[in-house]
Amino acid sequence: MREYIPVLLFLLVAFGFAAGTIALSSIIVPLRRNAVKNSAYECGVVPMGDARQRVAIKFYLVAVLFILFDIEAVFLYPWAVAFRQLGLYGLVEMALFIVVLFIGYVYLLKKRALEWE
Amino acid sequence: MAAILDNPDLRFAFWALVKCVVILTAMLGVVSYLIYVERKVAGHMQARTGPNRVGPLGLLQPVADILKLFFKEEFIPDAANKIIFHLAPVLAVIPALVSFSVVPVGPNFTVTDINVGLLLFLAMSSLGVYAITLGGWSSNNKYALLGGLRSSAQMISYELALGLSTVGVLLIAGSLSLVDIVRAQEHVWFAVYQPVAFVIFMIAAFAETNRAPFDLPEAEAELVAGFHTEYSSMKWGMFFLGEFMNVITISSIAITLFLGGWNGPWLPDSLKFLWFFLKLGVLLFFFIWVRWTYPRLRYDQLMNLGWKVLLPVALANILVTGTVIHWLGNR
Repeated sequence: MREYIPVLLFLLVAFGFAAGTIALSSIIVPLRRNAVKNSAYECGVVPMGDARQRVAIKFYLVAVLFILFDIEAVFLYPWAVAFRQLGLYGLVEMALFIVVLFIGYVYLLKKRALEWE
Repeated sequence: MAAILDNPDLRFAFWALVKCVVILTAMLGVVSYLIYVERKVAGHMQARTGPNRVGPLGLLQPVADILKLFFKEEFIPDAANKIIFHLAPVLAVIPALVSFSVVPVGPNFTVTDINVGLLLFLAMSSLGVYAITLGGWSSNNKYALLGGLRSSAQMISYELALGLSTVGVLLIAGSLSLVDIVRAQEHVWFAVYQPVAFVIFMIAAFAETNRAPFDLPEAEAELVAGFHTEYSSMKWGMFFLGEFMNVITISSIAITLFLGGWNGPWLPDSLKFLWFFLKLGVLLFFFIWVRWTYPRLRYDQLMNLGWKVLLPVALANILVTGTVIHWLGNR
């Protein structure tokens, strides 16, 4: 596990650097606040409502599809590393797996889940 | 001090910390001059001179920019979700820097060689989505929200192509450790065996780093400034820094996976890292070159390219690579 220590150190140094720089600059910078300055930017017009509104369902769909295909990708990594030991069995097995997923992908296309108009 | 250097674990951690600080400092230096180079190259591509007022040839421009950012007045919208609003710029910097911890720069300069190095990179590049999404959402500004949403959809879509394109390399190298992958390319670069995967990786890399022609999250013509509309001063600076650090990190990974890493002729092992930096310079210039050459894609074109072209091609590439390797192995 020793080789993971540097990753942790990088995490700490990166966090310290970013948080430190922002903190330092926010001490230095002038703050002359007023209600107009602190309202949301809408091209200089008085804001109409806020951004807590409904958003297109499409974005959720993309997120759900991402999970499906990303798990496939995660499954492919150990297979790729062990490919030479698995031989023909591994190749056929993974080809079947990809074909099954591809059928699902064609279904998505037919259902027009990936259309953006 | 002597006690620290006697214990092997602590000595290892101590040198890792030193390397970490060296890389952070180098990154900051490279980023500030990358911005200068970008503006200069952009200038010359458009028949202008670019920055030339601060110092000789404008070379002190980055220093002036950083000082300016430091002293700029800061706005925090009243309607913002404050904690997340402050946290998002910090999150923008962390992933790029952490994934650099596994990049093998030279035979004698690898911060750490973990056996799942490539997975760490992919995990960190997924985390990069959070900074932009949370920054856009917490600002409570419609433009920022739209920019953040678009960006998250774009990045996760291209994340798939990015992840799948590396499987071909893994099939040949048979290891997830980036050092092993570089050593496997001693004679032939993987870009030669995996040209399709290399092209997919580079396209996805542009989309992952939100660089033109995929810079829709901050499409200024339609979204003001996208997810960082409400950010100012050093918080904006952190998003900017994060973007350029991501470009450097993803170029380094592209070099490691496809362009032979530190491998190159003539130089002795101790100087091989110069090859790495030469390749890095070429790729960074390529990023700038593309930005000032191609117009931005429309959103539906972007999603179509990711889901209907890159994803199936990447899957087909895996099957073909697997079959060819199996066939060659059995001959």
